Amino acid sequence: MSLEPIEKLTSRTIVLRQENIDTDQIIPARFLTTTTRKGLGKSVFFDWRYNSEGRLRNDSPLDGFNPAEYRILVAGSNFGCGSSREHAPWALADFGFRAIISSDIADIFKSNALKNGLLPLEVDDKTHRRLLAAPGEEISVDLVSQTVRFGEEGWQTVFRVDPFARRCMLDGVDPLGHLMNQLAVIEKYEEERRGL
Amino acid sequence: MSEEMSPRSLFDKLWDAHVVVAETRETPAVLYIDLHLVHEVTSPQAFSVLAERDLLVRRPDLTIATLDHSTPTSPPKPNGELAYATPQAKRQVDRLIKNCAHHKVRLLGLGDPRRGIVHVIGPELGLTQPGKTIVCGDSHTSTHGAFGALAFGIGTTEVGHVLATQCVLQRKPKSMRVTFDGALPAGVTAKDMALYMIAEVGASGGQGYAMEFAGEAVRALSMEGRMTLCNMSIEAGARFGMIAPDETTVDYLQNREQAPQGAAWERAVRRWQSLPSDDGAMFDREIDIDASNIRPMITYGVSPDAAAAVDASAPQAQSDADRLALDYMEIKPGRPFSATQVDRVFIGSCTNSRLSDLREAADIMRGRKVNDKVVALVVPGSVAIKRAAEAEGLDKVFIDAGAQWREPGCSMCIAMNGDQGAPGELVVSTSNRNFVGRQGKGVRTVLASPATAAASAIEGRIADPRNYHVNKMEQADVA
Ligand code: SF4
Repeated sequence: MSLEPIEKLTSRTIVLRQENIDTDQIIPARFLTTTTRKGLGKSVFFDWRYNSEGRLRNDSPLDGFNPAEYRILVAGSNFGCGSSREHAPWALADFGFRAIISSDIADIFKSNALKNGLLPLEVDDKTHRRLLAAPGEEISVDLVSQTVRFGEEGWQTVFRVDPFARRCMLDGVDPLGHLMNQLAVIEKYEEERRGL
Repeated sequence: MSEEMSPRSLFDKLWDAHVVVAETRETPAVLYIDLHLVHEVTSPQAFSVLAERDLLVRRPDLTIATLDHSTPTSPPKPNGELAYATPQAKRQVDRLIKNCAHHKVRLLGLGDPRRGIVHVIGPELGLTQPGKTIVCGDSHTSTHGAFGALAFGIGTTEVGHVLATQCVLQRKPKSMRVTFDGALPAGVTAKDMALYMIAEVGASGGQGYAMEFAGEAVRALSMEGRMTLCNMSIEAGARFGMIAPDETTVDYLQNREQAPQGAAWERAVRRWQSLPSDDGAMFDREIDIDASNIRPMITYGVSPDAAAAVDASAPQAQSDADRLALDYMEIKPGRPFSATQVDRVFIGSCTNSRLSDLREAADIMRGRKVNDKVVALVVPGSVAIKRAAEAEGLDKVFIDAGAQWREPGCSMCIAMNGDQGAPGELVVSTSNRNFVGRQGKGVRTVLASPATAAASAIEGRIADPRNYHVNKMEQADVA
């Protein structure tokens, strides 16, 4: 599911303050029996958003607004921990999110998100606290300069992102294509090891 | 000292041996994969990518698939059909069968005597070996690190990368050594070590690290125990957990179906002996744990690092998050954990479904009855384990005690095959995650060892297994 390359993104935030939001919360296991990557957005945070009859409760921070204006999720630390299911970033992206901001984001989730046009942004604790305290704030993300800007006070901070993932997103480099280009070297490696 | 001379850790050696293209600032390393394990849940979209690009699996000989996550654990219906939880679950299983046939990937399918949970069968067949790189679209792939392998979980896009090229793009993580000095007290198991370690490191403390477990108490563990410990390194945030191979490792692998034989075996063992960390190898972080301090552990919150000794009392909440977690768990600060009522017990999962785990639980259940308010499920990790357990009569022990003896699979660990708790129920579970709703919507999960789970099943409340071990010893004395 390659989304358009993101260079700049300006959007309001949805805030989920909880720490350790695991991928079982983002997409419960019973939705993992799908064989495609599409259509998981409606099940994102399902058990937080729907009542026991399966009806939308409309009282979670994720509902009751125009998703097109809220494309950035700010979450408590250790976001995306637990299961390696790539269904989690698929669901978040399908729901409309293009970026996740936290103080730290779990390794496998981060790697999965970057492959699906969903920017995982790790910011310093001070910025993180400030963002958690201001749901709905409009913020600007710039992948070229790796900065997040927001607020009347002109808060600006740099985020960390893997240079290769950044290039994939900005220049549309395809990681599988990148690997396929190395096939000759891979064959040589196999050849050498056979001799061992 | 020159680069080649500097002492290297087990992790350095495993990493270096598999770098096909070195990492630069701009690009991650291309890392070669020796064994790719596949299951039904995280593979369909990866096979679709291959289809879109008109590619075949590049090394089907290094790829093996099994069915575990969404397969039913109840016996087949009289007409031979399996009771799938949903039609989608069956479709997903059928999809893997089709994909494996098309790509000539070996599948340990339904009816195969070698089928089982992906992290159980790799070691059991002898496919998991020291020195290998092993990946799977599953975060508990770290289990295989118990053999001195570099094993880690990947996402579905990466599953596609490995299917197509036998490589992944990876940056080398930092290294951490967790040393368990001293000996474990009687009645304390590898699961308790794992939970203790996670509480110590924190749920995200291992983020960005590869963990090596070392020390006297780790060396003393069986391979099963080592797998339990490495399995849960991801619960401390670390994608990699590993233990240096030694005699225990070699003994376990000898004569396994897929282990090298004859002269190749001798050569392999010599190679494996060179893997342990060199004296003076450097780690980015070191943690020391005194194993003699560890008691049987349980979790009381909704993150695996909320773990404490089973004979303790629930701690006071330190934050809003703690308060929410304790509220969800309906556990009151200051009350002894042993006052907590149990509705269900699950013994199984890639953490604790091996023969030694089942023996540990059976030793406590033998001649006793599961509390009549408790539903207890025992789910072996593989067909082979099921048969071995039945050969020594463990199935009878469980059934006589009033527990259910099931077909192998992931079952209530992930609750996507229909095995799950009801809202509000408290489950003492030998699996690895106590996340909200992991074992069914609204279900409260307490993680524990097989012994603690079995004792809790008998008493209908969270129970200390050491009481049973004392009895056993006294009985032995009398005899
Ligand atoms: S038993 Fe649980 S943790 Fe292990 S592979 Fe199955 S679902 Fe994953």
